[in-house]
Amino acid sequence: MTPYEKLKTARASTRPTGSAYVNQIFKNIIEFHGDRRYGDDAAIYSGIGYLDDDIPATFIAIDKGTDLQSRIQKNFGCPKPEGYRKALRLMKQAEKFHRPVICFVDTLGAFCGAEAEERGQGQAIAENILEMMGLNTPVITIVIGEGGSGGALALATADKVYMLENAVYSVISPEGCASILWKDSGKVADAAACLKITASDMREFKVIEGIITEDFDHFDKMCDSIRHQLKKDLKELLSQPKSKLTDNRYHRFRRIGFFNTEE
Amino acid sequence: MANIFTNITNFIQSTSQMPDVEALIRKTENVTLVCKGCNNEASKHQLLRNHMICPQCGKYFRLGGKERIRLLADRKSYTDMFDKFESVDFLEFPGYAEKLEKSKKSTSEKDAVTVGTARLGGNEFAYFVMDSRFMMASMGSVLGEKITSIFEYATEHSLPVIGFTASGGARMQEGIISLMQMAKVSGAVKRHSNEGNLYITVLTDPTTGGCTASFAMQGDIILAEPKALVGFAGRRVVEQTTKSKLPDNFQSAEFLLEHGFVDAIIPREKLRETLINILNIHSVKGGKA
Repeated sequence: MTPYEKLKTARASTRPTGSAYVNQIFKNIIEFHGDRRYGDDAAIYSGIGYLDDDIPATFIAIDKGTDLQSRIQKNFGCPKPEGYRKALRLMKQAEKFHRPVICFVDTLGAFCGAEAEERGQGQAIAENILEMMGLNTPVITIVIGEGGSGGALALATADKVYMLENAVYSVISPEGCASILWKDSGKVADAAACLKITASDMREFKVIEGIITEDFDHFDKMCDSIRHQLKKDLKELLSQPKSKLTDNRYHRFRRIGFFNTEE
Repeated sequence: MANIFTNITNFIQSTSQMPDVEALIRKTENVTLVCKGCNNEASKHQLLRNHMICPQCGKYFRLGGKERIRLLADRKSYTDMFDKFESVDFLEFPGYAEKLEKSKKSTSEKDAVTVGTARLGGNEFAYFVMDSRFMMASMGSVLGEKITSIFEYATEHSLPVIGFTASGGARMQEGIISLMQMAKVSGAVKRHSNEGNLYITVLTDPTTGGCTASFAMQGDIILAEPKALVGFAGRRVVEQTTKSKLPDNFQSAEFLLEHGFVDAIIPREKLRETLINILNIHSVKGGKA
């Protein structure tokens, strides 16, 4: 598939949404609402449950919705500041009770609107990234569809990040890129290719730890193998001294960058 | 009597520390600039003596990184650091190499940020100043590495950081690596903060996109220049998405102040004394007093 075909696949309305993964992977789920500051954002489905019999965990998933009504209610998976603040509240709660945090990312980007700006969309994302850098509990993120820019990073400043094989991760939507650079939003396919947005690109850049094979016809089996991977990673992350966790997370991002240092 | 004596000593001391504007002027070609606010012309030297504020209409001219520090910090107190890094076109992105060359030529800088250490009223601090003249200070690997490095240096030496932000957002010509710089810098901010160090951001025109959504909004104290544009999503994008006309002051520093996201708006001519005051207050730690 070309990067543009992957982009269309990642956005396909037939793909399982964030809540489908949570409901398949976790047991005894209780959804928690609200940021305790302003409101509740339906684009973020979050709460607690068991990852396995003896592993309580916090889940935070961006959910695009499955029909028109739920998509409108969830703003097509574009979280508002209160959504990011709800996510941060639950991460802090997870830290307090020594639970790992599992995030599922699927967004075109953070919601773009006047009220989001008034309530500090930039500040909300900034705070999540900052606090996730210091969070004293493991965080693992899976990009299941679209990983759209800062709105995705606000849930992906994690110890390990995975992507589904046809998921995309990008600093800007290819439409936005084409419109800014070439004043032509029709050149989306070119932009998608130039930006390098596919899971294999991310693997090459060492921005993600691994790629998850898609098998939506056997969704339960696919989720079993995701749970298996999560358990394996958590075992590894929890076996190291606590101070190492945030140190390793720091260095995971610290090393990323390409530049020359010659005079 | 003692009080008067102290005041005179302080006055003499602060005057001897005042930024050496004349030295900067001697090194700067006296070109004529046109104000974007009123279209009147002003000479560069005249503007430098006036904090780069238009003498006719009061509009703020955008400042380059080095200029900003030389107009603000104690005379001869600044050292630019970590200035070896140069951007590479690792994605072979159409037009990137040319854009880099063009910006390098027009600004005589290697990239969009200057970092280093300086003093304000005798207080040593670390700084980063973003330069919107260089590819709209979009945030690539070099910018991320330099700001991270200066935060690490400041953490190691227990120095406060003052950051002047200005940015069009991520540098899309560096793809996902550009997005990752937001997390990379945030990690360094967090470590600096965990050690009890002070971080002040001064939001200047324009601070947008990924810059707003990371280190610009992570300061312990967030100041802004009057009328600076500060926001996450672009105004045009918001208008197109919501199909409505936004108020004139939308995403201005004043708009942010009203909504509770900025501590104070400080006019350029008051910035030096404000920062000195903040640094002085933080130089006495509660426990030690």
